[in-house]
Amino acid sequence: MAAAIETERLRKVYPGTGGADRHSSSSGSAPGKEAKPRGAAETIALEGLDLVVAEGEFLGLIGPNGAGKTTTIGVLTTRVLPTGGTARVAGADVVRQSVTVRQRIGVVPQRPNPDRALDAWENLIYHAAYFGVPRKEAARRATVLMERLEIADKARSKVDQLSGGQQQRLMIARALIHEPTILFLDEPTVGLDPNARNALWEILRELHRQGRTIIMSTHYMPEADELSDRIALIDRGKLLALDTPENLKKQTPDGSLETFFIAKSGRRSDA
Amino acid sequence: MSTAVSPHPIASLAEPHPPVSAGRVFVALFSRDLRVARRELPFFLLRTIMQPMLFVIVFGFLLPKMGFTRGGYQAALLPGILALSLMLSSTQSVTLPMVTDFGWTNEIEDRLLAPISTYLIAVEKIANAMVQGIIAAFVVLPLARIVMGPVAGFTFSHVPELVLVVILSAAAASAFGLLLGVLISPQQIGFLFSLIITPMIFFGCTYYPWRGLDVVPWLKYAVLINPLVYISEGMRAALTPSVPHMPFVAIIAALITLTALFTWAALVRFRMRAIG
Repeated sequence: MAAAIETERLRKVYPGTGGADRHSSSSGSAPGKEAKPRGAAETIALEGLDLVVAEGEFLGLIGPNGAGKTTTIGVLTTRVLPTGGTARVAGADVVRQSVTVRQRIGVVPQRPNPDRALDAWENLIYHAAYFGVPRKEAARRATVLMERLEIADKARSKVDQLSGGQQQRLMIARALIHEPTILFLDEPTVGLDPNARNALWEILRELHRQGRTIIMSTHYMPEADELSDRIALIDRGKLLALDTPENLKKQTPDGSLETFFIAKSGRRSDA
Repeated sequence: MSTAVSPHPIASLAEPHPPVSAGRVFVALFSRDLRVARRELPFFLLRTIMQPMLFVIVFGFLLPKMGFTRGGYQAALLPGILALSLMLSSTQSVTLPMVTDFGWTNEIEDRLLAPISTYLIAVEKIANAMVQGIIAAFVVLPLARIVMGPVAGFTFSHVPELVLVVILSAAAASAFGLLLGVLISPQQIGFLFSLIITPMIFFGCTYYPWRGLDVVPWLKYAVLINPLVYISEGMRAALTPSVPHMPFVAIIAALITLTALFTWAALVRFRMRAIG
C-alpha cells in the first residue's frame, strides 16, 4: 500500500533566547507558538522523526505533554517549518509543495478556532470556497455535515453562541467540507462530554471505513486503543514505539496501554 | 449527538480533486473579507467618517466662520482630510482584524490552510484594505465639500494624477496597516493609537501643507518619515494644485518606495507569524 505520510529524520528546533539547553515544548499551545521563558535555550521539538503512515491507515499519536505531537501535526499540515529532514504528505513535500499538500488535507485543531467574523454556516461555505468547491455543492455538503454533526440548528448562529463541543464539531465539519483524503486531528475530544465523544468516534470510524487516512493525537489512551490501526508513541521529539494497539499492550504485564505509556515515557498521561 | 446510521455519508471520499487555481482561492479570500466588511458597514462608515468629519466641522467650518483662518485654508485642508480618511480606513481595516486573527485562537488558520501561497494571503489583505480606503475617501469627499461650502482652487481636472495618487496611497496605507497588524500583539493595541496613529495624523501634513512647515525647517524634514505626508501632498497636487505642494514626481516616488518597503516587511513578518 502506498504511503500517505512519510517523514525522514524530521527535526524541528525552535530558537531560544540563550541559557542552558532544554528539551521542551508545550502541547497546549498552537504549533510554532510554544511558550519560551526569557533566557530559555533553544527548544528541540522533533529530533529525527522517521514515520510512515499507509494510505487509509488510522494512526494514533500519543506522548506526554511537550513530546512533539502538536509540532509533528504542525509540520505535516504545513503550518510549522521543519529545521531539518523531509516530510511528504500525499506524495508532496510539505515545504516545497505546501500548496499541493493543503489541497489534500483537513485539519481539526487542538482548540476550536472558527472564523469569528462569520457565522457557523459561512465558516463552512467560505472554507469550501477557498478549496474551489462551487457554492451550490458547498451548500449541499454543509447541510449534510451540519445535520450529521447535529449543529444544523446553529447554522445561522454566531460562532461565539456555540458551546465548546459544538464549536469542535464545527471544526470537524470545516475539516471535511473540501473532502480531504488525509485528516489530521489534534486532541479532538478534549472538553467533549462522553456522549459527544462517542458520537465523534463513530464519525471517525465512518471516515476511516471510507478509506481516509487519519492521524489523531490524543492523551486519552482508550481513544487511541479504540480507533487506531497503529499507535505511535513520541517523546522528546523521537519515535519510541510504533505498532498495533494489541502488540503494544502485549508488552505489559497487565495488558494496558496506559501501563505501556508510563513504562516507555516514564511519565503519566495527563488525560 | 446520535450515532444512528444516516442515509447520507458524512463526506464522500472522491478521487483527488483537480488543483484549484491561485486566482480562484484569492477571489474566495477577497469575497470573505468583503462579506465581513459589508456586515460591518455601519461601523465602517462611523469609523471612517467620524474623525475626519469632526476636523472638517472645526477647521473647515467653525474656524473660518469665526475668522480664525485666512481665505484659502480650506483648499489646503480638504485634500488633507481625504488623505486622512483614506489612510485611517485602509490601515484600520487590516490592522485590527490581523491582530485578532493572529491572537489567542489563531483564527486566521482556516485561511492559512487554503491551497494558496502564504504570501498571496497577505497580498489579498492589502488589496482588500485598499478597496476600503478608497471607498472611505469617496464617502468623505462630498460630505466635507457640503460642510465646507465652495473651496477655492478645488478641481477635478487632474484625473490621471488623482487616480495614481489614490491607488498608490491606498497601497502604501494598506501595506503599512498589515505590517502593524502582524507586528503588534493584542495587548499593545492601545499603544497603536496613542503612539503611532495619533502622531501620524498630527504630523501628516493633513491640516497644513508641507510647504507651510518652511517656518520650522527641522520639522519639515523630520515629518518626511511619515507616509501620511505623501498621501496628503499627493491629494493636494491632484485636487488643489494651486496650493503649494511637494513636486508630484517626488510624491509618487515616495509612495512607490514606501509601498514596496511596507509590503516586503509585512509579507516577511506575515509568513513568520503564519508558519512557525
